[in-house]
Amino acid sequence: MTLPQSEADLTAVATATPVRAGLVRRLLRNPVAVACLVILAVITLASVFAPLLTSQDPARSSLTETLAPAGGKHLLGGDGVGRDVLARLLYGGRTSLLGALIAVSVALVIGVPAGLVAGYYRRWFDAVGSWLANLLMAVPAIVVLLVVMSAIGQNTYVGMAVFGVLLSPGVFRLIRASVISVREELYVDAARVSGLTDGRIVRRHILPVVQAPTIIQAAQMLGLAIVIQSGLEFLGLGSASEASWGSMLNDAFANIYTKPILLLWPGAALALTVAAFCLLGNALRDALDASANTTRRSRRTTRKRKPTAARTVAQETPGTDTDSDSDSDSGTGTGTGTGSGTETRAGSEAASPTDSAPETGTNPQATSTPTPGPNNGPRSGTDTATAGSEPHTGPDSTPQPDAGPDARTISTADAGTKSVADTGPDAEQQPRTDSRPDAGTATGTGTETGSMAGARPGSRTATDALLVLDGLTVSYPAAGGEKTVVDGVSLTVRRGEVLGLVGESGSGKSQTAFAVLGLLPPEAQVSTGRLVFEGTDLARLGRAEMNRLRGRRIAYVPQEPMSNLDPSFRIGSQLVEPVRRHLGLSRAAAKAKTLGLLERVGIADPERVFASYPHQISGGMAQRVLIAGAVSCDPDLLIADEPTTALDVTVQAEVLDLMRSLQRERNMGMVLVTHDFGVVADICDRVSVMQTGAVVESAPASELFAAPQHPYTRMLLASTLEDAEPRPAPGRTPATTTAGSTNTAHQEGRA
Amino acid sequence: MTGTLDKDRPAPTPAPASAEPLLVADQVVVEYPAKGWRKAPFRALKGVSITIGAGETLGLVGESGSGKTTLGRAILGLAPVTSGSVRYGGRVISGLDKKQRRALSSEIQVVFQDPYTSLNPAMTVTDILSEPLMVAGTSRTEAERRVKDLLDQVRLPADAGQRLPREFSGGQRQRVAIARALSRDPRIVVCDEPVSALDLSTQARVLDLFVEIQERTGVAYLFVTHDLSVVRHISHRVAVMYRGEIVETGDAATVTSTPEHPYTQRLLLAAPVPDPERQAARRAERRRLAEAGEPVDDSVGSVTDSVGSVDTTGAKGDPA
Repeated sequence: MTLPQSEADLTAVATATPVRAGLVRRLLRNPVAVACLVILAVITLASVFAPLLTSQDPARSSLTETLAPAGGKHLLGGDGVGRDVLARLLYGGRTSLLGALIAVSVALVIGVPAGLVAGYYRRWFDAVGSWLANLLMAVPAIVVLLVVMSAIGQNTYVGMAVFGVLLSPGVFRLIRASVISVREELYVDAARVSGLTDGRIVRRHILPVVQAPTIIQAAQMLGLAIVIQSGLEFLGLGSASEASWGSMLNDAFANIYTKPILLLWPGAALALTVAAFCLLGNALRDALDASANTTRRSRRTTRKRKPTAARTVAQETPGTDTDSDSDSDSGTGTGTGTGSGTETRAGSEAASPTDSAPETGTNPQATSTPTPGPNNGPRSGTDTATAGSEPHTGPDSTPQPDAGPDARTISTADAGTKSVADTGPDAEQQPRTDSRPDAGTATGTGTETGSMAGARPGSRTATDALLVLDGLTVSYPAAGGEKTVVDGVSLTVRRGEVLGLVGESGSGKSQTAFAVLGLLPPEAQVSTGRLVFEGTDLARLGRAEMNRLRGRRIAYVPQEPMSNLDPSFRIGSQLVEPVRRHLGLSRAAAKAKTLGLLERVGIADPERVFASYPHQISGGMAQRVLIAGAVSCDPDLLIADEPTTALDVTVQAEVLDLMRSLQRERNMGMVLVTHDFGVVADICDRVSVMQTGAVVESAPASELFAAPQHPYTRMLLASTLEDAEPRPAPGRTPATTTAGSTNTAHQEGRA
Repeated sequence: MTGTLDKDRPAPTPAPASAEPLLVADQVVVEYPAKGWRKAPFRALKGVSITIGAGETLGLVGESGSGKTTLGRAILGLAPVTSGSVRYGGRVISGLDKKQRRALSSEIQVVFQDPYTSLNPAMTVTDILSEPLMVAGTSRTEAERRVKDLLDQVRLPADAGQRLPREFSGGQRQRVAIARALSRDPRIVVCDEPVSALDLSTQARVLDLFVEIQERTGVAYLFVTHDLSVVRHISHRVAVMYRGEIVETGDAATVTSTPEHPYTQRLLLAAPVPDPERQAARRAERRRLAEAGEPVDDSVGSVTDSVGSVDTTGAKGDPA
């Protein structure tokens, strides 16, 4: 079974709850949140224990102490009618907090149950509830409050209760939306099938999810309620008998010229309280987001993000400058011919250039890379030792280690060749081409299913290697240090060849593909011994250069066709844009080209699809569209990440047919990431099997299926159910307790 | 309750000695209201009839949008049956009210496709497994004992109970889901693509678990899947669905190797085999069939399909 961490695939909504224990801890780690909590606690305690903190009566006015100075009996002085400011401030906190509490409670009492019922049962209650909520939200709150307060008299608390009613639609909508998203979860269905009553389902499965957003909303609403309440009191609409911050402001405003400091105390109290509530709400939301993120990050990260950080790490390969330059010269030389050049050169010796396995091609190509990534440092040490002892057996002996049970043996051989060729990195291309005749004879004698040794002359592949990846390591920061997801992977893809990258989830196959595309998330730590595409060292390219390459020379076909089309743009514009950008075509020419492509990928009515939005076409169609987009700029390398996994088998077969014919037609190199050996058998020339971040076996497809070497490959192939015996009819199954009655019943049913 | 499932199983057929199979779906039609004013409702099932005998596995194969998941949901009471009926032990169970439906929870259970969303992420495995038991009024201590037993049956370690679903891999989660389905000793379990989200090797082991449980307890499965090889492995009989109708039914061996209906033939030939030579032959055969017969190309058909799949979204149609 695969690593649990890699599969913590939870929806954002669902993660809201399980992390609540961690939520409090995370909140307490945020200094802003702690400050807010402290301020609110102090204010609350001061208000509650006001009688203990001051002996003054906040309502008793004394003409002698009008605008009394601070100090003495009146710590903060007296107000415009001689009441003690400190007492009024402390007691005023009671009014404000209580009023806000009433408003929020009313809002929650109305909004939460209504939202729950509307979200869970939908139907008429939802329709009526939503309609009412919209109506209430459209009503101007202040006007309503003014009318209510003037009609029912000067009672702050009644006013705040009415304000609570006006706040309730916000709560209603929030709860309803959260419930709707949870009720679609399968675990709620499962609970229903388990026979849980609706009340129990809501209590056990739905309320916990709703809790967190409700708390955040409540914090924000408390702040808002205090502001509104003070505003009303400032206008003189609160109860005259009770002290409140709003009425203090009112009084201070009247004496603003004689004693402006009076404004400070209620103003500061209001500002502090409201700010504390709002910032606390924000902090809560951040804490919640963070917890959702940590869970989400542990998913397979296949999302497109900017590769900045990855790039900087990858650039730590020194000394490849001159090599890569000379490489790129020769590389572009062959590249301009769109592969035909290389093909003709190789074509003389091998009619089918795709069948021989250039796994060892990695090695000679890797020669110019003296420094492997920091992560495989220790390994390279032992490698050089090997190379020293038998310098030239490195490339020749690769077939054995390749097929051997341990991926490490492969990497050893790789590094071995490395130091061998270190002596003359500049001459790298030439010797390879010279030694090609040997390889030619080898392939010439060998048939398609020829022996490994014959089919794998590393030397031959040097010239037509399209992509050389050597010693790729990708790791992510994890709880206890780093988690390495790709560990020293080396691959070679030749022009016109389809390389299958097979493995189970968590094997690092997608991460490898994304590393080649330079699309790993920024937190990924990438190091490559060598990542060379047609002589260009991809690891050293800047973002702009990489962008020019991506889409133009290296194209990508994703797993989920639908999520890779922007729903808000027509398909046509999504296809035309890259064509215009990369090829510099005019709008009309780009459109004509795109329509041609759509027709080429088997879309019957290109005009219609061109003008459609993604949701208007089926998944299979969307994948055809994406393939059309991928090949639109005649790329040399196509990277397809599980391109047919999301499709039905019949559609899959057609999409594979399409990919095969396009690949042959354009002589593209292709990396196909898949978990399906059927797909591999259908389309791949060569296969690399990956397990927990490392390539354990690489072989031509025919050989891999005929004689899998590595136990893991054998296990995977044995797991396919294709050749499994069909189950016999139940009459022939071993007798079970119910078998007797089963058969009679069943026979009847069948008749 | 005793240790194993089969011992505490009630007498096999609760229904009067009717000759009817355990579960019968008779001309079931499921319609979902279409979006938009006065549009004809979307018909997900167009009169589907199947039977499942006790202890039998009926494999239900079809592509996305074919209605196979909807049929499972109709049997579970999660999709509205517009006409026709679902009978369990001779009793009509389609259109029951909520209370009567709840009473069936000990008889008909489910394992969903997605092991990630079918377990509440906030609950421990013990809570998840004991939930159906609590509903049945099982005491806490008895439930705990039973949970241990269930975990053992699905080959999960005993300490799994204290952990949260996210600590498990996909295959392990699916085992938890299977344990939950088994907790009340159901007589039929609707398995909705239970292995299609799993890795190949995990998939094989979970399928073996399904078979083993069936052989031990005599539970019947309606096994919904899009994968012919899975269906051949686990089913006694197979029904093939296409656009809301059953196009072929028969023995698993027959349907999955020498199908009669052209659609099943297409389905069979489209599934790639893990052997380059045989796959090349299969591909050629498929091409030949496509050229000879009606056009296999989906580009015309899928446009209409897509209209359908848009409509089913509200009804939790098959995942793509």
